[in-house]
Amino acid sequence: MRFIPNGPGTRREMLAQLGLRDLEALFASIPSAARLGRDLSIPAGMSEPEHVDWFRALAARNRGATFSAFLGAGSYPHFIPLVADSLIQRAEFFTSYTPYQPEISQGTLQAIFEFQTFITLLTGMEVANASVYDGASATAEAVLMADRLAKGRPRALLAESLHPYYRRVVDSHTANLEIRPETLPLGGASGRLDPAALAAALGPDVSCVVVQQPNFFGVVEDLAPLAREAHRAGALLVVVVTEALSLAQLKAPGALGADLVVGEAQSFGVPVSYGGPYLGFMAARRGHVRQLPGRIAGQTLDAEGRRGYVLTLATREQHIRREKATSNICTNENLVLMQALMYLTLMGAEGLRTVAAHNVSLLAYLLGRLPPGFRPAFSGPRFNEVTLACPRPAAEIVRGAIARGIVPGVDLGRFFPAHADKLLVAVTETKDRAALDRLVAVLGEAAR
Amino acid sequence: MSGDGQGGPRATGFFHEEPLSFEYPPAEQGGVALRPLDVPAVDPAAAMAGAALRDDGLAGLPNLSEFEAVRHFTRLSKLNVSIDAAMYPLGSCTMKYNPRINEVVAREPALLHAHPLLPDALVQGTLEAMHRLQALLCEITGLPAVTLQPAAGAQGELTGVLLIRARQAAQGERRAHILVPDSAHGTNPASAHIAGYSVREVKSGPDGCVDVADLARKMDADVAGLMLTNPNTLGIFERDIRRIADIVHGQGGYVYCDGANMNAQVGIARPGDYGMDVLHLNLHKTFSTPHGGGGPGAGPCLCTAELAPYLPVPRVEARGGQYVLDWDAPQSIGKVSTFFGNTGILVRALSYILALGGDGLKEMTQVAVLNANYLRLHLRDVLALATDAPTLHEVVFSDATLAQHGGITTLDLAKRLMDYGFHPPTTYFPLTVHGALMIEPTESEPKAELDRFVAAVKAILAEADRDPELVKTAPHLAPRRRLDELLAARNPVLRWTKEPE
Repeated sequence: MRFIPNGPGTRREMLAQLGLRDLEALFASIPSAARLGRDLSIPAGMSEPEHVDWFRALAARNRGATFSAFLGAGSYPHFIPLVADSLIQRAEFFTSYTPYQPEISQGTLQAIFEFQTFITLLTGMEVANASVYDGASATAEAVLMADRLAKGRPRALLAESLHPYYRRVVDSHTANLEIRPETLPLGGASGRLDPAALAAALGPDVSCVVVQQPNFFGVVEDLAPLAREAHRAGALLVVVVTEALSLAQLKAPGALGADLVVGEAQSFGVPVSYGGPYLGFMAARRGHVRQLPGRIAGQTLDAEGRRGYVLTLATREQHIRREKATSNICTNENLVLMQALMYLTLMGAEGLRTVAAHNVSLLAYLLGRLPPGFRPAFSGPRFNEVTLACPRPAAEIVRGAIARGIVPGVDLGRFFPAHADKLLVAVTETKDRAALDRLVAVLGEAAR
Repeated sequence: MSGDGQGGPRATGFFHEEPLSFEYPPAEQGGVALRPLDVPAVDPAAAMAGAALRDDGLAGLPNLSEFEAVRHFTRLSKLNVSIDAAMYPLGSCTMKYNPRINEVVAREPALLHAHPLLPDALVQGTLEAMHRLQALLCEITGLPAVTLQPAAGAQGELTGVLLIRARQAAQGERRAHILVPDSAHGTNPASAHIAGYSVREVKSGPDGCVDVADLARKMDADVAGLMLTNPNTLGIFERDIRRIADIVHGQGGYVYCDGANMNAQVGIARPGDYGMDVLHLNLHKTFSTPHGGGGPGAGPCLCTAELAPYLPVPRVEARGGQYVLDWDAPQSIGKVSTFFGNTGILVRALSYILALGGDGLKEMTQVAVLNANYLRLHLRDVLALATDAPTLHEVVFSDATLAQHGGITTLDLAKRLMDYGFHPPTTYFPLTVHGALMIEPTESEPKAELDRFVAAVKAILAEADRDPELVKTAPHLAPRRRLDELLAARNPVLRWTKEPE
């Protein structure tokens, strides 16, 4: 097998030194009742050309690749500078392990430290971890963290406008704990959470309020009054961000009273890749750092007084604390973190501001040209995503558009039966005027 | 202090003292080549009226030209050791070669840029790949059902324990405890805790195997099951695996198997055949997907037909010649990942399995075990074996004889190995072995490299006899000397700021 250097001759020599007859003898300790006793029913390995051809043919069956798609809902296609993918293919980044030996892992550790700095600046928070699996796991971990911080407050209030998949992950993580997730219903015509409704739901038994910004329907929440109400009741405000590019445009949640800012950083240079690998981030106040789960890099000095970085505050983690750990999370999404870090470094403040502004302008262009019968379902402000009320069921609009080579958005009936007439449309800088004009034309045709 | 960023980069040979990107002077020109906006530019303040907008212009972010960024990350990369550059024998982590063909096929644009909410009919290629991988993993493990959704081993563990919980709840049972051997990885008890169980520890005997009498005493009707790593963390296949499973099943419990060490048995033995009910796999270990400096991983969870109704949604099914996402599972535990899981990693694992084929997978296992036993043979005279029992893909030594060499510790030996050009093995794990040194060479290492590793260990022990300080103050040739971890924890500096926090 071509990935194994030791061939038959070397193996014979090694076996002879071990005093063994053949390779099978290495497995004598496996009881015969536990043995497979036959060959695996898996075909022989492929040659390299066959292999590449097989995957090319497979990829060609993803017909969606040739479609113009306006899909967001937690996964956003954005421009990615080509040089980033070239850099993450350096073997020193992608074939190394967790930096448990810091003397020979300073590249990874300094990168994590830079990423943590980026996240704190973008979110307006004081500390950040080295990432968790994805936005949904970051949200579930935030609910668990708020529960630890609030001690003895069993209720967690989650906005109905939180990504429904995030909600399902929160539910699966809390199902067997003393945490009761409850839903704050979507408010009125604005699509924003109503502070008065929040105040009515709050009480001394609530650990946290979880709000998505912009929310799942694309509406930008007014965070400051929500933070005031949460804090008045002694609860923490958890702000969830699924479209991280919005952080370049919107006021940092930390500056508006958020206690935890978590979410998905896929928008920062990470391909949509059918849902993963993505990049969950978590940012908090300094005073809460010892309850923050996941790996964290910190600055220190080496024996010669030189600046360096290590993984730190390990007493939070499961390899030390076992069942008393803050979380069972061990790994982070380090190579994805590197992708995001390279993206942020290459874009810089100006690049991020410009891309965010392009998103706003492109969505405004679309909204100015909607065909008859389509209108924004909510009046609240929006960044690069909008919920459109449609003249026919959204599923029919999607079907009609696909027949014309466009995926016009997400049929919200997939998530909420009550919103089966609504289409969630995302417009990023990957689109131009021609693509938007085509979308407008196709929506009009699909509605007829 | 050098490398403080004042005055830009300094060098020690080609290990550059690389400043933080935040410390670079702002580039005069550069930026990225965005597509020009061809619709009217609107004022965000007007277009987003009613939204609180950022008014700091993202001040404080670094500003590097493209080439400075390339150099920054290239210099950072050179401060890392990688499996491509050196033997990286971390026990239980399985640092094997990451074939480049996996990287190439995973970057097929139609796979890489497929949105997770595209209708099934438009992503038949991705769904077919996932369906194929599901079937292959079932054949390899002997378990009939699988979810690919968990993003890492620990999430696969949690999923597995939640399946057991859901099954027993459906039968009207609520059991309070779960059993975990004292030699287990720390994520096992942590996952059990999140699933709502309190952990009871099971003792392991002197050979590292589960103490069956202790298990029988502790397994009762209030125990949901056992979380078992097989082969265990000493590299030993549980001799009494069948009896262990029978004891747990006899009390209505389930056995969850941590598949971190699956690479010792692929093609030889299958957990489903020897009584395991649930199993997670670390695709980044056995199936060669890159560790990436600490992730992303993928931790598929497999189970028996009895537990299958509780698996997370969605799963891929084939129906009438089409592949579809099946969401129809009313008893499912729900979701553990936002979308389908780490698809890009799953594609790489599929690529690896297809490249090796059934025979190649078995050969992988055989040579991994051969290499580990070869190291064991040549190191057992100079280091103290943790156990005399036969071991498979890894070998663990204790520090019982180390102190005879000038009073050095496991840590000292590990750090000195860096000066010889080897990444150290796993140290101080499992916790049941004093000063453990856990070595896993994998099938990737050629015999000559194994011989050099043995020679390096022997040379270090001889150095320690002569000049223990040399070893105790290692490494000497790495980009950094030993780093002060206490200082980092006592006075946490977790981000760059213009003025120290």
